[in-house]
Amino acid sequence: MMDILDILISAGFWAATFRIVSPLIFGTLGELICERAGVLNLGIEGIMTMGAMSGWMWVYMGGDLWTGVMFAAFIGAMFGLLHSGFTVYLGLSQHVTGIGITLFASSLSYYIYRMLLPDATTPPKIDPFHPYPVPFLSDIPIIGEALFTQTPLTYLALILVPMVWYVLYKTPVGLAVRMAGENPMAVEAQGINVLSIRTGAVMVGSAFMAVGGAFITMSAFDAFFFGMINGRGWICVALVIFASWRPGKALIGALLFAGLDALQVRVQQTAGAVIPYQFFLMMPYVLSIVAMVIMARKASYPKALLTPFRRGERT
Amino acid sequence: MQIEPREYVAPWRIAFAPFAAVIVSLGLGSILILWVGASVSDAYLLLVKGAVGSSFALTETLTRSIPLIFTGLAATIAFRARFYNIGAEGQLYCGALAATFFGTGLITLPPLLMIPFLMLIGALAGGAALAIPVMLKTHLKVDEVVTTLLLNFVILLFVGYFLEGPLKDPMSMGWPQAEPIIDEGLFPSLVDKSRLHFGFIFAIIGSVLCWAMMRFTVWGYEIRAVGLNTSAAKFSGINVNTTVIRTAVISGGLAGLAGVSEVAGLKGYLTLDISPGYGYTGIAVAMLAQLNPLAVILSAIFISMIYVGADSMSRAINIPTYIADVLVGLSVLSILVSVMLTKYRLRWR
Repeated sequence: MMDILDILISAGFWAATFRIVSPLIFGTLGELICERAGVLNLGIEGIMTMGAMSGWMWVYMGGDLWTGVMFAAFIGAMFGLLHSGFTVYLGLSQHVTGIGITLFASSLSYYIYRMLLPDATTPPKIDPFHPYPVPFLSDIPIIGEALFTQTPLTYLALILVPMVWYVLYKTPVGLAVRMAGENPMAVEAQGINVLSIRTGAVMVGSAFMAVGGAFITMSAFDAFFFGMINGRGWICVALVIFASWRPGKALIGALLFAGLDALQVRVQQTAGAVIPYQFFLMMPYVLSIVAMVIMARKASYPKALLTPFRRGERT
Repeated sequence: MQIEPREYVAPWRIAFAPFAAVIVSLGLGSILILWVGASVSDAYLLLVKGAVGSSFALTETLTRSIPLIFTGLAATIAFRARFYNIGAEGQLYCGALAATFFGTGLITLPPLLMIPFLMLIGALAGGAALAIPVMLKTHLKVDEVVTTLLLNFVILLFVGYFLEGPLKDPMSMGWPQAEPIIDEGLFPSLVDKSRLHFGFIFAIIGSVLCWAMMRFTVWGYEIRAVGLNTSAAKFSGINVNTTVIRTAVISGGLAGLAGVSEVAGLKGYLTLDISPGYGYTGIAVAMLAQLNPLAVILSAIFISMIYVGADSMSRAINIPTYIADVLVGLSVLSILVSVMLTKYRLRWR
């Protein structure tokens, strides 16, 4: 037990937690925005893969890191447009469309990677984002070392949480997005186009997801591997449910999750001899399922989630 | 743009829909072939030749279609009840693990009993793997899509543990693989000097049985009723929860059979790479078949053609093999649109 306490007060543990949580924040916020507008986006796993590949490739081809992030976001938004074309305009099954987009986007990422780098046996590397210690704040013991010596993308992730909250709850656009997911007829009655609102939300959400993927190849690592998203997208979908579709709770849920994941890696080093490592690696997925089970009863889904809207049609 | 329902859905439209989807997917895929700098017609000709151009290619295509028929059926039955089982990949491995557990010497029966026994055990394991998500859905309203997806990762790690621990073959030179299935449990070969095995016959029988179940039995009727309109089904006295649970167990069982057939029919022993995503590809198979169990056979063979053909095409013109996965992903998306266009028409104004 003492070991675990020692881990919990070490700066290294918290630094790892914030590193693990960053892509999850991007992905969870992205999924949350989509679902708040009434669209379940199961393309997340593929869009994150696409973002990881395209952002990394941009930098590898000589681009700048920040334009690489923007490029990944743009590609993500394009896949969001594809998703909403199918689910919002044509009203097709959100489940099947999402799975289709995941299959398509991840295989296309691998295809493009192999096309551009046919002979790469060991994955080539880029110069990724470096930690940027915030002046003064990074001198605070433990907290400073853990929270304020991260890469800029982690700061961006943390800043996005209050920004998304503000936009969703305090601006007319946010109200329209939330209403599109609750009662699209009411939005239409206000003279606002539900289809455009939903499309916009899915595009922005998908851009977030892609940046989450880009974090993994451009900040957490410096190379692109096959299968490197490894279910993180699905974990984000579970986190959205755990968070009851609220940005603040999403941050708490993601932090809790990332903390347990960071702890798991450290406990594995001491208990690894007794418990096989596979059981430690299972933890994130099992935890996500447990998190969903805990919250599912209380979950208040956006009422119009999964329901396509057709103008002039009664629901 | 306006979407209007058609008053009359012509049967030819339904029959033509998958072909339209395939044509669109191949058309979009040709962009990727042009990028390599190859001729599109040559490339697709190579693909067809590589898939059916010789007796070796043909048997290879049929061999690869076996797990796809099973996972395709798994998705078909579940999706018919609008139960989105995306966990066929994990259920496949559960079936394979169970067959390995009982089939590597723990129990020995004569072949006529041993093979059905392994299939039964595998199907039960696959069904059991889906029991948790379906109970969570019916009793606690936990969305099955995410739980089945996440369980795929859990199950794969679980199988990995068995292959490096209790079930590891001591003769495997350190590779994580299980001991071979005993001879009594191995599926007989179907065509001499090929890898095609009896699993193909089992898969065809499975499709026919699924079709008959959906068409002629009360269970099938209930599955369709729940899928078409859950509240109406409930109102007419169908126990929706029981139906969904039963559907899930059948679906998981079919996916488990895919695992048994890969282990006892093709490989002979369990490794961590017996499935290159057959569980996920099964969704594409089911969608292309428009959730018709008999059509699953054809669409599984077709998708298997793409995979086998793409392998030989990629060797010939140096195109990444991922083209096959891209084509499968594209066909899931395009079949959605083409099926929609059988029921609706788009009107531009």
